Amino acid sequence: MSNNYDAIIIGGGHNGLVAAATLANAGKRVLVLEKRDVIGGAAATEELFPGYQVDTGVADAALFQDEIVQKLDLRRHGLTFHESSALLFAPQPDGRALTIWRDQPRTVAEIARFSERDAAQWPAFKQQVEQMTGLLRGMLLLTPPDLAGLHGGDLMAWGPLALRLRRLGGDDMMELMRVLPMATQAYLDEWFESDALKGALGGSAVIGTALGPRSAGTNLMFLYQNLGGLLNHRFVNGGIGRLSGALAAAAQARGAVIRTGAGVDKVLIEGDMEPTAVGVRLDSGEEIRAALVLSNADPRRTLFGLVGPTYLEPEVMNHVRNIIYRGTTARLNLVLSGLPQFVGQTDEAQLAGRIRVSPSLDYLERAYDASKYGRYSDHPYLEIFIPTVHDRTLSVNGDHIMTVTAQYAPYTLQEGDWEGQREAYTEVIMATLEAAAPGIRSLVRHSRAFMPPDLECIYGLTEGSIYHGQMGLDQMLVMRPIPEWSRYETPIRNLYLCGAGSHPGGGVTGAPGYNAARAALG
Amino acid sequence: MSKNNDYDAIVIGGGHNGLVAAAYLARAGKRTLVLEKRHLVGGASVTEEIFPGFKFTVFSYVVSLFRPEIIRDLNLPAHGLTILPLESTLTPTYDGRDYLYRDGDHYQTLRNIARFSQRDADAYDEYARYMYFMAKAVRYILGIIPPDPTTFNPRDMMGMVDMARHFLDLPQDQLYVLAKLMTMSAADFVEQWFESEPLKATLSASGIIGTFLGPRSPGTAYVLLHHYMGEIDGAYRAWGFHKGGTGGLAETLARAARAQGAEIRCNAGVARVNVRNGRTVGVVLENGDEINAPLVFSSLDPKQTFLKLVEPTALPDDLVNAVRRFQTVGSSGKVNLALDRAPELACRPGVGRHLAGAISMSPTLDYIERAYDDAKYGNFSKEPYIDVIIPSMIDPDMAPPGKHVMSCFVQYAPYKLADGEWTDAKREAFGDAVVDVLERAFPDIRSLILHRQVLTPVDIERIAGITEGNIFHGELNLSQLFFLRPAAGHAKYRTPIKGYYQCGSGTHPGGGIMGAPGRLGALEALKDGA
Amino acid sequence: MPLPTPFHSRTSAVCDSYEWRNWSGYLSAGIYEMSHDREYYAIRNSAALIDVSPLYKYEVTGPDAARLVDRVITRDVTRQRVGQVYYTPWCDTQGKVIDDGTVSRLDTNHFRVTSADPSARWFQDVGYGLNATVTNVTDDLAALALQGPLSRAILEQVVAGIDFARLAYFHLAHGTVDGFPITITRTGYTGDLGYELWVRPEYAERLWDCLVDKGSGYGILPAGIIALDVARIEAGLIMLAVDYVSSRHAVIESQKSSPYEIGLGWAVARKKGDFIGRRALATERAKGSTWGFVGVQYDWNALERLFADEDLPPHVAGRASRSAVPVYEAGNPGRHIGQITSHTFAPILKQYIGIGTVLNPHAQIGNRVDVEVTVEFKRKLCPATIVPTPFFDPPRKKA
Repeated sequence: MSNNYDAIIIGGGHNGLVAAATLANAGKRVLVLEKRDVIGGAAATEELFPGYQVDTGVADAALFQDEIVQKLDLRRHGLTFHESSALLFAPQPDGRALTIWRDQPRTVAEIARFSERDAAQWPAFKQQVEQMTGLLRGMLLLTPPDLAGLHGGDLMAWGPLALRLRRLGGDDMMELMRVLPMATQAYLDEWFESDALKGALGGSAVIGTALGPRSAGTNLMFLYQNLGGLLNHRFVNGGIGRLSGALAAAAQARGAVIRTGAGVDKVLIEGDMEPTAVGVRLDSGEEIRAALVLSNADPRRTLFGLVGPTYLEPEVMNHVRNIIYRGTTARLNLVLSGLPQFVGQTDEAQLAGRIRVSPSLDYLERAYDASKYGRYSDHPYLEIFIPTVHDRTLSVNGDHIMTVTAQYAPYTLQEGDWEGQREAYTEVIMATLEAAAPGIRSLVRHSRAFMPPDLECIYGLTEGSIYHGQMGLDQMLVMRPIPEWSRYETPIRNLYLCGAGSHPGGGVTGAPGYNAARAALG
Repeated sequence: MSKNNDYDAIVIGGGHNGLVAAAYLARAGKRTLVLEKRHLVGGASVTEEIFPGFKFTVFSYVVSLFRPEIIRDLNLPAHGLTILPLESTLTPTYDGRDYLYRDGDHYQTLRNIARFSQRDADAYDEYARYMYFMAKAVRYILGIIPPDPTTFNPRDMMGMVDMARHFLDLPQDQLYVLAKLMTMSAADFVEQWFESEPLKATLSASGIIGTFLGPRSPGTAYVLLHHYMGEIDGAYRAWGFHKGGTGGLAETLARAARAQGAEIRCNAGVARVNVRNGRTVGVVLENGDEINAPLVFSSLDPKQTFLKLVEPTALPDDLVNAVRRFQTVGSSGKVNLALDRAPELACRPGVGRHLAGAISMSPTLDYIERAYDDAKYGNFSKEPYIDVIIPSMIDPDMAPPGKHVMSCFVQYAPYKLADGEWTDAKREAFGDAVVDVLERAFPDIRSLILHRQVLTPVDIERIAGITEGNIFHGELNLSQLFFLRPAAGHAKYRTPIKGYYQCGSGTHPGGGIMGAPGRLGALEALKDGA
Repeated sequence: MPLPTPFHSRTSAVCDSYEWRNWSGYLSAGIYEMSHDREYYAIRNSAALIDVSPLYKYEVTGPDAARLVDRVITRDVTRQRVGQVYYTPWCDTQGKVIDDGTVSRLDTNHFRVTSADPSARWFQDVGYGLNATVTNVTDDLAALALQGPLSRAILEQVVAGIDFARLAYFHLAHGTVDGFPITITRTGYTGDLGYELWVRPEYAERLWDCLVDKGSGYGILPAGIIALDVARIEAGLIMLAVDYVSSRHAVIESQKSSPYEIGLGWAVARKKGDFIGRRALATERAKGSTWGFVGVQYDWNALERLFADEDLPPHVAGRASRSAVPVYEAGNPGRHIGQITSHTFAPILKQYIGIGTVLNPHAQIGNRVDVEVTVEFKRKLCPATIVPTPFFDPPRKKA
């Protein structure tokens, strides 16, 4: 048994690595244990096919917090970003396409092709969204307040934010309170009339959730997804795995040890009256002790799988059991022998950002409807990236890599299971792609599809939920991951949650890892 | 009674909130006049003999939320308040052959639930207990004026502090259940406790009543709570049927208002509110008559209050915009049937007290959700959720001896249809869909129907005068509640026009036969020293 | 509508009073004759037959059954032998009592638990993640209590395969009656020598008939809940929803009680491993409980005087009362210090007694208090002394 560490991080996802680097920065001797052979979790770039570097999870790092980049000096560890001129490209069933450009006049002109009225509204809309997201951004790196104690210290931390809210002025603050819990459809309907524009925007509100654009609270998710700027993206040169790599390098530079192929079986718990984490046992049986254990695994996996429900009070156990996961995304990774030609596409540059097949809010809503009854969408919403448009180093032979996130693919199917439906759903995705980019089928060199149970199996995501728990109003802030335990601590002393299941939630923000590390440091 | 046309206060609309407001104003010594467009008072709380001998409680049909302080303040029992118990709920399964029955026999109810799920039976009391806690916690909200969280006005800040203290003083478990209720879907909330379909579906059905949302839509758990806030004789979440239908309650309120000295004039629709120099001076009736009063109350919905009764140009833009986008799309319909004799259920033949409660056509969550799916794309539900009561089983005066009336509250019937306007043919097709669903539970219902009244949201708008037929005067969602109802900065019953007040369901605490907006509106105006 | 129990054909045939109670949704005889005196004395003098089938009954089985039960109850299951029966409370996380009942260890990993309220969901939640199954067997088991000094003699006539001389207090044994299987626990709710008999419902009537047949020479008599209530107060035994409120039903915090506050502190095994409520109970034990459980004996002479003041004889020989009455500091009627939740005239002791909860430190044995008594519509105070329970504790109970 080795006992050379102050802190063990279970899981080398980006949040685990942020936590590791932050703890190492504070002088702790840190060990990161990653089950897979690659680090990064869902922020990894993997050679899925020989010679092709694929972002197997997330592709975009727009939400990653600059404070963390600076504190951990990630640029020195090789992190560079790329921002394309096209933010979003949305092919339409009528053969047209809507492109949102980084350049606002260009975007306004583009929207005017669909609706003059919407084009006129766009600048004000963008301004309102970015004003609100500006406020919400301040919440990311704060620990949610403790309602039971309402500690003075907590409120002090939230004070500046409250002041900024106040400074907004009564009208804007009221507007924020009105807008946050809305359904995105209702919000977008207040602004726009064009189905193409609303559909393109609406995807942000539902991605990764088992909710549709008419579901109340999706507007909060819409704002969350746009925290880095409306529809903005920020790619990591060399693939998102380079971000994880930079984090790992930052941690290692401070003495942290990262072990891959080291899956954790159990958190070791001692203490009679107060169960306390004292280390971990690996799948291999090896036991490693440390004073602090941080888990980057999702809350249910951590508390049920690694700890065990009998360490929890029944009320806490029930909260964990009731966390809504409901993974709804499937993933198709393709290697294409050439760049596909999308309908309505006139310029290769249009494909350099995000490509979204979501022609209307009703299209999204109908795709969601199927999932309510345990069926996959016949006409799924697709979120597509072709990173090779701006980064040729990722592939060979001039081939292109395309990652397609398809929604909705409910984790639990009403009939049959995903093993039996994998082919059929892959075909549904391909058919949807073919309609958006005719001829794409003939370009496919390699293809690999991941269904929600695959995501659970590979990344350890409960029910394939990419956010470690749905990002709905009922699972945010003081209710994330569960009531009374929203401050990264757990009922097991010295065990902390540092993954996306904790505040503020999913996406490559680094915030849960950063906040949890600071909470663990006390 | 005033001989001339000068009053201290005019209340526009003789619905239950208008009548409550009038009674409170008259009680405070104001010479008060209620102006009602129709030939009878009640608004959406009316009982009418649409078919000879059969009295339909036309729109609303049950009472639960009505505020006990109004009953006491206005001494309503002396004016005829008679709320008859309605304690059972029967949920037939989809095929109509089995059913879940819940009534006052506690242990039998648990056994009935256990037939579907033993675990649900075990959880039932605990669920009820939490809902009791929740009703107790939010009851406070029903009686207060929503403070404005954005101002530094001491009264508002104290109001916020009081409210924060009230909620933070709750035990932690209750506080979080409340937070979940405010944000979850009714289905998710109920599924934390239960697994059997008829129970889950019927409980979550309270979460969709009057809203344009399905049980799986976040926010519906709040509506579920809204329907749990009712109390009768100190018992939370008790439901009752007013003798003579909800029109009987309106008449009781009218008598109480008159007893306080208020005057009620029917067939007197208001065309507009007269405003001079930023303050109201009275109203102009549709027939051109002018009536003067320094105080005018609108119990109508916010869209009529701000966009129709006054010139929107007299109001600030932010208010006009907020009211324009206030979500008011109606989603409920009503089918009233005159029956030749008592209908019998296939799953429980015979005529007994099981017919004297609610019969909920809500066999599964998916059933209701599918009904919503139809509606969200602009169709009425092919197989709607129906809340049935048979008023004549509770109050024999509602129909000739041996005959019966059946009240069917139906969702969903969207105000706007995808394929154009509601027509007579579509209305009848909607009525047929309702009877088709009823027929699975009541196999001989079709042959018993002597007369059928079908009401869509368009009819509710036309007859009861509610914009888009929304029975709550506006969706009950987080964006339209409390200090946001009907609009930020205008949630305290006052309007930018001096002397012009709101007192309808479009204000805090919202819809249902509660009377709270009428009471709070009147009391706020009186507080202004008006 | 309350359901008949498996003994209903027999109990209804002899229930001359027609006085039925609804016990957890079952028909239960409150009293068979017009007065409960004979039924009570059957308990204390011969043998009484009491239908207790409405008790909720659960079986816990599976490899982790013992761990599950140990996590639920406050007593130490690791020390419970197969064949031993525990009487125990169980608590919520805050250490407040949810319910109390008996736990029979039928086998190493096979337990039978009785409770006053439905409990399966709680047991399942506490055992989530354990390899054990909780089954509701309420309707699969008929239960009959045979209580009284002659109960053993009767059973020896009726039951084959059990050596009653060796069946110790709070233990169980399996035997047969007329060829059908029966489980017998030496338990009861009377504080007397007594047994509880558990059979499948289809044998219920035969069991009743055998007992009545063989017991007639021993003065066996069916007894109802009213007689039982008197006996259980004499024995100092508490009742859910009467002497304490389950923390699952309490609507305000102050209605909840810890085991220490209802006289079950002895059943909290402080040295056992983790169980629900353990931490809270350890804290409470360290800093002391708010309430103490008490038995009180009313000052008979004073009581007589209170009645005499109204020119009445002491009118107290009725049924036990489950209406709580307030307790005041002796001689200080302004200081409310607790409540007597069950009280009765104890026929075997010729005393008026009660049980209840009193604020510490007033709950000390020997302390004098004033208890409210209503005489001729007037509220009066009767001096009483806090005494040890059980009030009545015959050696035969455990012999």
